[in-house]
Amino acid sequence: MKNNRRANSFALFGMPYYFWAIAFIIIPLLLVLYYGLTSEAGTISLENVFAIARPAHAKALFLSVLLSVGCTVVCLLLAYPLCLIMVNRQKAQNSFLLFMLIIPMWMNFMLRTYAWQSLLEKHGVLNTFLNTIGLPSLHLINTPGAIIFGMVYDFLPFMILPIYNALQKIDPNLIHAAHDLGAGFWQTLWKVILPLSMPGIISGITMVFVPGLTTFVISALLGGGKVLLIGNVIEQEFTQAYDWHLGSGLSLVLLLFIVINMILSSVFDREGNGGLL
Amino acid sequence: MSRALIELQHISKSYDGKPVLDDLELTIHENEFVTLLGPSGCGKTTTLRILGGFETPDEGHVIFDGKDITNVPPNKRQLNMVFQNYALFPHMTIADNIAFGLKIKRKTDKYIQDKISYALNLVGLQGFEKRMPGSLSGGQQQRIAIARAIVNEPHVLLLDEPLGALDLKLRQDMQYELIRLKNELGITFVYVTHDQQEALTMSDTIVVMNQGYIQQMGSPETIYNEPENAFVADFIGDSNLFPATFVRDELIEIDGRPFLCVDKGFGQNTPVDIVIRPEDVIITTPDKGTVTGVVTDLIFQGVHYEICIDVNGREWVCHSTEASLVGTMVGIAVDPFNIQVMNKPESEDEEAAAIEK
Amino acid sequence: MKKTKRNLGNLYIALIFIFMYAPIVMLIIQSFNASKSRGRWGGFTTFWYQELFQNESIMEAFTNTIILAILSAAIAVVIGTAAAIALARMKKRPRQTWLGITNIPMLNADIVTGVALMLLFTTVNVQLGFGTVLLSHVTFNIPYVILNIMPRFRELPPHIYEAAQDLGAGPIEAFFKVIFPEILPGVISGGLMAFTMSIDDFIITYFTTGSGYNTLSTKIYAEVKLGIKPEIYALSSIIFVTVLILLILLSRSGSKGRKMVKEVAL
Repeated sequence: MKNNRRANSFALFGMPYYFWAIAFIIIPLLLVLYYGLTSEAGTISLENVFAIARPAHAKALFLSVLLSVGCTVVCLLLAYPLCLIMVNRQKAQNSFLLFMLIIPMWMNFMLRTYAWQSLLEKHGVLNTFLNTIGLPSLHLINTPGAIIFGMVYDFLPFMILPIYNALQKIDPNLIHAAHDLGAGFWQTLWKVILPLSMPGIISGITMVFVPGLTTFVISALLGGGKVLLIGNVIEQEFTQAYDWHLGSGLSLVLLLFIVINMILSSVFDREGNGGLL
Repeated sequence: MSRALIELQHISKSYDGKPVLDDLELTIHENEFVTLLGPSGCGKTTTLRILGGFETPDEGHVIFDGKDITNVPPNKRQLNMVFQNYALFPHMTIADNIAFGLKIKRKTDKYIQDKISYALNLVGLQGFEKRMPGSLSGGQQQRIAIARAIVNEPHVLLLDEPLGALDLKLRQDMQYELIRLKNELGITFVYVTHDQQEALTMSDTIVVMNQGYIQQMGSPETIYNEPENAFVADFIGDSNLFPATFVRDELIEIDGRPFLCVDKGFGQNTPVDIVIRPEDVIITTPDKGTVTGVVTDLIFQGVHYEICIDVNGREWVCHSTEASLVGTMVGIAVDPFNIQVMNKPESEDEEAAAIEK
Repeated sequence: MKKTKRNLGNLYIALIFIFMYAPIVMLIIQSFNASKSRGRWGGFTTFWYQELFQNESIMEAFTNTIILAILSAAIAVVIGTAAAIALARMKKRPRQTWLGITNIPMLNADIVTGVALMLLFTTVNVQLGFGTVLLSHVTFNIPYVILNIMPRFRELPPHIYEAAQDLGAGPIEAFFKVIFPEILPGVISGGLMAFTMSIDDFIITYFTTGSGYNTLSTKIYAEVKLGIKPEIYALSSIIFVTVLILLILLSRSGSKGRKMVKEVAL
């Protein structure tokens, strides 16, 4: 009895958050569900969800998925070797590097993305550099390639941090044991290190894929308005066309992707921790 | 025996409908070193936590010094606990850890300072005031945990497997240390452990528990030499625990072979359990033994050899300072005084419990 | 052989960091560029730094951003810490349900969160502006606080709460004397993370703000189409250098500071 009473007084501490979560997390999502599944006349209809099949929308979604997958793959390919190199170095040096990785976040991300315009444009810094060393110019700005470039730039830290954390947790003796049992570098990587760092990889993928899929800022900044992603479509429905039903319906399609992502990440992250933390 | 200090009356406790303690009765006397001994899940820790006030029994009362303290919260009890894994506050220095209880009781700085140096002196860790718990070894942390408890001058010190995390040598040293402390402080110790050796070494009284029941209570000698049932016999020390037939007073049969014993009053031709300690098994030549068998295993254990002997398919374990080669035929004899006869457990349930361990 | 491998590693790290810092260097250079157009170098000037302090709308967006970040982080810390305490003592099943809900704003796309909150505010007919942005920022900040504190509870040495009670502390006193100091680093790093997230947010602010209330992010977004004012480059350069210096000082100021920087970083 007494113990229960004591536990209850601490349970009360959670009340403000429970209310907050219901009011600002659950109810808003239910509203999206409501608007997405009703027509303007107020009748239930799947019309706004199926609107994703309209050629313009389907094309935007397809391009978004394509770019986001591309961005995720590039991030993974860049981040994993970096983390592998880092975990074999001293701790002090690594915390400095990680710290350097975080600092740019304090500078407005939109401004940083925008700066890529100057770097990537026709007579920008990159092409000037390429020309000086005798290479031909790259036509990047206002192409899907530039958008992937910007996404990788913005989301790379979110891939690096969880992978580094996962790699760092691996007991070095496991790797020694693998070597001892005759595995070479690649075999150890493939059979021991990679499976053990899977939770980090999965949470990195989650953290990169979703924002990549849904961005509308990067495409607006680096796509020059020529590349329309699903994020841009939804944004326009809400801020220009004022069609909340259509916007919500398309958001529900996005939510479907996110839910799949959440399920995947919770399967791999049973501790109930945010992978990034 | 000195005056009764703590009485547990009809204590029952269950978690999620699973009974952990069932109608437990226990009296602890002043200046007694009582050990609650049993396998994990036997209810010993729950009993200790009920004493400390961290659990409230579903039924029954805790009487302390004549007063009912069943519903008194832990911070108002005159008992202090030494926790498993020490529970030192990691953000406080050793001095602050020890001073914790005294500061809450608003003792003067002078008093607190004196107590800290007294306690550190007592546990042999002078000069550790400024250190942090994390920088101490397990044994040192253990001593600090004890120091932190005893500065509050509790009437009773509760110890929850305090030596479980230490290595063997340190554990033995700490056992002597605890006995010394107990004698120096003159307070009651209630000690929980699953280590029978620890219990035998330190206790005045051992309470052997299993599945929420007290199996036997008594001095270490009684528990060791005269276990009341198969569970106690098996849990305390290595033993040869066999089913047998009590033919008549002072005569039993093991696997059909007669042995003389000293017990009386178990009836005639009654099935019983008997226990023979390995050190009480005498190995002789085949012609001199009550039974004969073949040596199957010989293990050197330092003080003695452990010898396994197959006697018509039953394995006898004995300890001897002389080696017998594997494969030799030997005779086995037992002094009648060393055969301990016990009643068979009555219900199948109890039997299952006894065999399980 | 080993040395080559190490050098290759260094080269790789360097390339990644050049990639990460190139636009920042670019921005800092622009802030000293006398020419207003970003493609041309018109000579060195500190003119934009002087202009910056005259530009009321930029300075207002800046103060808005800071006030918003401080307030939303502070509210999130209070609510989130209390929630973490309650969650830590909960049974496994309900705890996992609540942690699942807590994960939603982190795993959900910002655009969906932003749209959903906007729908809520307009449905209940609240004027969009500072209030609604603050509510939204607190909403996505609380999870960072909770998820920073929860592991601290798991790392608590067993029984210290009971030990404090055993030594005479009442339940509340015991909590503040032995549990709170142990989770405090999590509270601090959660708060700093919340602050960072609030400063860096654009999408959710964009959907939940009304006319007249701008943070730096929304201000920049509005200006992108017209060409960004060089004053903004100056402002972000100042912010960047300040943060850099603060963090370096902190990490040089002894082990405690270093630990804090590390916690912020991770």
